[in-house]
Formats: sequence, structure tokens, C-alpha cells
Amino acid sequence: MHTTLTPPESSKYMRLNLGPSHPATHGTLRVFVELEGEIIRNMKLEIGYLHRCFEKMAETHTWNQVIPFTDRLNYVSAMMNNVGYVMSVEKLLGIEVTKRCQRIRVILCELSRIIDHLVCIGANAVDLGALTCFWYFFRERENVYDLFEALCGARLTTSVTRVGGMYQDLPEGWLEWCRKVVNHMPRTLDEVDTLLTNNRIWIDRTKGVGPISKENALEYGFTGPCLRATGIAYDIRKAMPYYDYDKFSWNVVTQTEGDTYSRYLVRMGEMRESLKIIQQALDDIPGGSVNVDDWAICLPPKDQVYNSIEGLMAHFKLIMHGIRPPVGEVYSCTEAANGELGFYVGSDNQGRPYRVRVRPPCFAIYQAFPEMCIGQTVSDAVATLGSLNIVAGELDR
Amino acid sequence: MLETDIKLLANILPHLPQAIQSQILAVEEFLAETTLTVRRESLRQVIQFLKTDPNFCFDVMMDLFAMDYLKYVPETPERFAVVYYLVALLQNRRIRIKVFLPEEDPTIASIHDLYKAANWFEREAWDLYGIKFEGHPNLVRILCHAEFEGHPLRKDYPSDRYQRLKTTTSSEGL
Repeated sequence: MHTTLTPPESSKYMRLNLGPSHPATHGTLRVFVELEGEIIRNMKLEIGYLHRCFEKMAETHTWNQVIPFTDRLNYVSAMMNNVGYVMSVEKLLGIEVTKRCQRIRVILCELSRIIDHLVCIGANAVDLGALTCFWYFFRERENVYDLFEALCGARLTTSVTRVGGMYQDLPEGWLEWCRKVVNHMPRTLDEVDTLLTNNRIWIDRTKGVGPISKENALEYGFTGPCLRATGIAYDIRKAMPYYDYDKFSWNVVTQTEGDTYSRYLVRMGEMRESLKIIQQALDDIPGGSVNVDDWAICLPPKDQVYNSIEGLMAHFKLIMHGIRPPVGEVYSCTEAANGELGFYVGSDNQGRPYRVRVRPPCFAIYQAFPEMCIGQTVSDAVATLGSLNIVAGELDR
Repeated sequence: MLETDIKLLANILPHLPQAIQSQILAVEEFLAETTLTVRRESLRQVIQFLKTDPNFCFDVMMDLFAMDYLKYVPETPERFAVVYYLVALLQNRRIRIKVFLPEEDPTIASIHDLYKAANWFEREAWDLYGIKFEGHPNLVRILCHAEFEGHPLRKDYPSDRYQRLKTTTSSEGL
């Protein structure tokens, strides 16, 4: 499908350009289509409008300075990128973060997954003319963003992790607040459930729209909700558990059809599962430090910096020279909201990453978009695009 | 392959036929991740085998990207490398395949027909590193602008170089 479009004069089809700035793309995606009436006969994608050379920039900064760049990958759930990146560096360093830090990261990741799914379903519904669900969902999203703001001062670009721990411990009363937000959420999910799941218009607009088979999904390297909607119960949190995900009680949500409706159901189910995980993590959050006790990796406490020569030296060395992971290359992956978010990091022990490679889940998924849309109408393509949740920041890096 | 590599390989991928084994130059196990270094000319053969053989079934190509070892401290056999990351979902097994490419001729056979996912990933490796994938149907830039000169992720491309666009349209190649 990635051949050139036929020249306009010889084509019997009408050519139409969507984007790169188009309300239905929710980002910068450019789509060329050839139409016969309203049916898409040929499609061509152009990406790269949001390319900021993340991988090149990472090579000129210290390991911790890369974290703010990762916010800008999937900016709808920035914390998952923060966690995914530092996990890879920690793997290379051979350290394990404290239990408290792990629990906090789990809570933040699952909250991020929920808001990512909220945005995806909400925006998808808006594209199809259902505005109410969007407002209901965004109310919940605001509550979560308030939590994030209290934790790190930022709502979208959070930069909340550090290699070996967190930027800071939770503020006072945060856990109770989080519990309140989490307890309120099922009501909204139920509300939207009743508005959409059995809604005749919603079903007509999404069932059988933008389908992909199991085999094709694997060929294209699908992961995350889009893969699980085809019937493959693959989730990294179960397959390669990290941060005790295997110790929580939760299920992998799957559907079988692989269409827009299935993807919607998977996301709705996953949010409820995430709430389960958060509640268990909130019940079982140990005390202690959030940072590992190693001054070559985490900054020493401020009273040590001001009052002891060792603390001052460690602080200076960490700021000026950065962390120095041993020579080697590792790949570490986490289950982000869109699928497998992998970071392949290489170090030559010089204080800066030799290579940071991101494996963005969107990149693999978006490649299949033409195949999912050909033979369907333009309005179906809009529905499909929304359900794939393509985030340009992650796609183009 | 060294004697230790053969033993390691028998542990990680048992029952690998001799014909495939002889195409593997080195096996490395680092932090529970396996990397096979494969001969450049037999990459397609190895990947095709790993994908289709019922004992292995590496059904997903999770990632494909290039590396530039120009300034890497431990010396590598060649300057460039292409890394393939294969996953067998059912067996939950992951493997990394690395092929080194010389600086003067960074060319390798395309695997876009073995995994559909490879198409864009190969275009990206061409765009950012200038790796040529022979047999690729549409090897044009994907992330950088069509007018961009050079390959930005190469280590000898300065990170502060500025390129001015001459035209405003980028759809000629489509």
C-alpha cells in the first residue's frame, strides 16, 4: 500500500488532503486519500510534522536531563514515558528502586493510563458527534491533573521521575486525595457506559469500522489495546511483570473483533482494571525513602550537601558529570497506554547516553491505518483514527 | 562462533539447525537479554527461519533501528549496525539480532516482505542513519523533510547544524 498515488489527471478518483492540521487528527498527521464517491480507494500517510529529533538531543544531555524530553513523547500520559525511560537506565545501572518508589510509580502509571484512555474515548466520541461523554471524561481527567499538579507542579509535562527514584516524595494528604479521585471515577465510567456501549448510533458508527485481523495486527507489530481488541491477551504487565504487577489482582481485557467498537470496549475495561490496581497499590504503600541510597545516582539530602564535604562533592559531581552507567546496551519495555513503549539505551560510560532509542507503539500501529480504512468511508476513517489513539509526539518523536 | 557461544546458544535457542547456527557470528547475553550477531548476507535467511519455524515462531518484529558506533569506546567490528528485535508472543521469548555494516557500504537486504512492520522502521533507519535497505519498495525519508541533507543521527552530524528549507511543499515524492 505504500506505493505512490496515481497522478491526478489519469486518476478516476477524487483526491483529498486531510491535515496536517485538521480537527479530526488531534495532532499533526497528514493523510492523502483517493475517493470514489465517499469510499476510500487509496490512502497515503505522511508523518514527521512533529519530529523534534528526540534521539539526537538525548545524546547531548546527561541521563537525567533526558527526562523532560520524554514528557513530550506521548504527552497525554507523560508519566508513563518518564517511568519507561528511567526504568531502562536503572536496568543498565543494575539497581532496583525502593518498594515505595515502585508503588508510587504504579499508581502514577495507572492514573496516566486512565487519563490517556479517557482522552482517547472522549475525543473519539467527539469526532462522531457525541460531545457529552467528552465533558464527563474531562471532568475526571481534570481531577487527575489536579493530583499531578500537587505532586510535581506540572499538569502535562510532568518530569516526575529521576534515575533511581522520584523527583520528590508524595506531598501530605496526597494518598487520601488520590483515593477520593479513584473512588469517584467508576461513577463516570458507568455514566459513559450507559451513554455509549448500547447506544444504537455509537454501535452503528463503530462496529465493523476499521477492523484488523489478529494475523495482520501481529504482522504490523501492534501492541496494547489495539492488539488486545483483536483477541490476543498480550500485556507486558503480565508477560514480563515489573513493579509487582503480577502480585496485584487484575485481568487483561480482550475483545475479538479488532474493530473500533472492540477497541472502545477494551479501553473501557482497562480503565476499570487500572482502578483495581491503584486501589491495591494505595492499600499497600510502604514507608521509607523514594530514592535509592546511592549518591552516585541520586542527589544527597540537602542538609548533607550544605553541611558535609562528601554530600557537597556528591551533589557537584552528579550535577556536573551526571550518572555514569557501565558500558552496554539494554532494552527495557513497559506497557504504556498505547502499547509496548520500549527504550533501548546504550552507554559508553561517558556521562551522556551514547544512544537512546524509543520504540513508540503508535509508529507500528499507524502504519496499518491505510489497510484498515481502504473500502470504507472518510467518516469511518475518522472513527478509526480516533480509536487508534495516534499521538503525534510519540509517532514523530 | 566461540565454543562458549555455542553452549550459550544451545541454552537459549535449543535445536537450532546447523545451517542457521553457522550464520551466527557471536552470541551475547547481557542482563538477561540475548543478542545474536548475524552475517550480513544471511540476515533474511535467519529471520525467515525464526519467524516461520514452528519451534521458534517469532511472530512480531517489535523494533528495527540502526546504531552508529563511530565514537563508541569498546571497538566494534564495523561502524554501523542494524538491530532487529523479535518477539515470540506465545512463548514470551525475545531476541535481538544485530548485523554490522561497513561505513563505506551500509547496505542490507530489506525484510519488509517478512514483517509488514519493517516498512516504516526501515525508512526511518534510512532517514536518520543512511542505511540502505535493498529491495525496499519506497525507501524515502519519513521523519525529516524531503529536502534534508545528510543523516542526522550519525555521530559525525553536528547536533547544532541548521538547515533552511527552500520550498514549502513536501508532497512531491508522494
